[in-house]
Amino acid sequence: MFGWLRHQRRFSPEGDIATLRAMKAGQRGVIVEVRGGHNLVERLAALGIRPGKRVLKVSSMLLGGPVTVEVDRAQVAIGSQMAARILVDVSVT
Amino acid sequence: MRVLLMGNPNVGKSVVFSRLTGVRVMSSNYPGTTVNYTEGRMKVGDEVVQVIDAPGTYTLDPTCEAEEVALKMLEMGDVVVNVVDATNLERNLFLTLQLLERDVPVVVALNMWDDTAHRGITIDIEKLQEQLGVPVIPTVAVSGQGMKGLVEAIPRARVVRHATRTREERWAAVGSITDSVQIISHRHHTWLERLADATVQPLQGAVIAAVVLAASFAAIRLVGESLVRYVLDPLFNTLWMPVLERLSSALGGQGVLHSVLIGRFVEGAINPVESFGILSSGLYVPLAMVLPYIIAFYLILGVLEDVGYLPRLAVLLDSAMHRIGLHGYAIIPTLLGFGCNVPAVLATRILESRRERFIAATLVSVAIPCASLQAMIVGLVGGFGARYVLLVYGTLLAAWVVLGLILHRLMKGFSPELLIEIPRYRWPLVGPVLAKLWGRVSGYLREALPVILVAIVVINLLYAAGIFDAVTGLFAPAMTRLLGLPGESIPALAIGFLRKDVALALLAPLALTAGQFVVATVVLAMFFPCVATFAVLLRELGLRDTAKATGIMLVTALSAGAILNALL
Repeated sequence: MFGWLRHQRRFSPEGDIATLRAMKAGQRGVIVEVRGGHNLVERLAALGIRPGKRVLKVSSMLLGGPVTVEVDRAQVAIGSQMAARILVDVSVT
Repeated sequence: MRVLLMGNPNVGKSVVFSRLTGVRVMSSNYPGTTVNYTEGRMKVGDEVVQVIDAPGTYTLDPTCEAEEVALKMLEMGDVVVNVVDATNLERNLFLTLQLLERDVPVVVALNMWDDTAHRGITIDIEKLQEQLGVPVIPTVAVSGQGMKGLVEAIPRARVVRHATRTREERWAAVGSITDSVQIISHRHHTWLERLADATVQPLQGAVIAAVVLAASFAAIRLVGESLVRYVLDPLFNTLWMPVLERLSSALGGQGVLHSVLIGRFVEGAINPVESFGILSSGLYVPLAMVLPYIIAFYLILGVLEDVGYLPRLAVLLDSAMHRIGLHGYAIIPTLLGFGCNVPAVLATRILESRRERFIAATLVSVAIPCASLQAMIVGLVGGFGARYVLLVYGTLLAAWVVLGLILHRLMKGFSPELLIEIPRYRWPLVGPVLAKLWGRVSGYLREALPVILVAIVVINLLYAAGIFDAVTGLFAPAMTRLLGLPGESIPALAIGFLRKDVALALLAPLALTAGQFVVATVVLAMFFPCVATFAVLLRELGLRDTAKATGIMLVTALSAGAILNALL
């Protein structure tokens, strides 16, 4: 349960890997991992959020609101808890 | 033969359906417009076949009620027309491959084909057809292009029966197909797309939302008021009133028939609101008071829906909505509720959990006044002054927030997070917007008008039989003590179960003070859904939860009424 929290701390936006939540608006990267149950992985995959996909973070709302990303030239809004479970390699641009 | 339309949300299935069958169904630019199925008919060759429009789904492993409906439909279809968004082939082909693994013949409609060119996408249709093993027809449903070809392809639908894949295998297969059939040329963002992105930025987005909502509200008022003042009131007064007056004197100005048709005189004359005859109030209230606002509201809502703004609003409001146990997408049923609570309760199907659906449906029934009720609030409460209208709306908003906070705290479970596709902005097309408006307005006329006329006859009969007087005597003391309302307002509240607009009209002749009118309006708005909403609540929530919701409504309405009464 708290595994992903620890990960979030270790992978800061300055490093190579960041969570989608921690990324800055306008930052690009490639998804490397989606940490979550079968159901979550499936729902995210259906919207193009799966390993290997290039993403552009468009925005995140204040107060822990949702994160908007662009993937496959289409936009998806993702709750911030989910966004914290999506790991992105930000060294590839 | 049954033809089933299936595909991801917001790919235009409902538009294809309307094109094929001529049956008009709601279509908008946001995922989840269709939450139920619609049937229609069309001709394939010489055979008349049934066509079914199913809710959109990303996968055949459903994650919400609307997707479950789609999956159930699959068992009924003899042929599946898989509608695919050509501008997002990769995402859409996952469902296509799932369908091809099943024992059902499939044709693929490659919709929004016109959008591919300027988005720098080239798709080799021949090759795609070869790889999938079923006919692939490019279509542009909004203009009708490719529809003939699609119909001709239906008899050629094929069962491919791919071996069942795991999810990873399926995504890999999707990847290799798109790699071989699709070329995407890179292109830079246009300034329009940059502007579009501003609507989901926290600060610019909030400013834009405030402007959009204020402009929508102003536009609804402008259209509604203009229709009343310059079209319907003059029509009623110059054309219809003389007819009523002549009829009234022909009937001798009294008698049973006179009171049913014309109603009673108010200050010696026929009053379009207060007389309560079928031909006076029965026509004036629904056609000259309510209809203009129905037209105004649905015109503006239709434009917002087709532009694709609503999902952005959901993103902006998500954090706030979580505090009342919902996520941002619940704003869609809520907004629909300002038109009519019935489609609003149905639209809660786009929410994932039963808990969210209960909270959303209860909040809509309690605190969201439908367009009919709002028209009467503006028309009648507005007569006392604009601040009383604001007081009614303020109370409803406060009830929405407070009740939401309480329900969120008391109910077990948690609210799932937002996860939605945000559609591209589109220019609303005049034809589709007007067609949708007509669908909704004619729905109002078909469903509301008969109920209003029946309600007026019932009211007249109950008054004549003295039943209202008996009921009034029974409840009057409690009513007066708790809400400060005279016993005569009880029949109006009771009729609220049939139609709230008629109920408010019944309050008009009672000589209530402004404060009493506000209390009565608030109680009427909150305490019970109209019969149509009640029926759909029963169907969607089941008996137990509907009973629970009804209890909540009664308690909330009486508390709000009592508090207002104490304050005013």
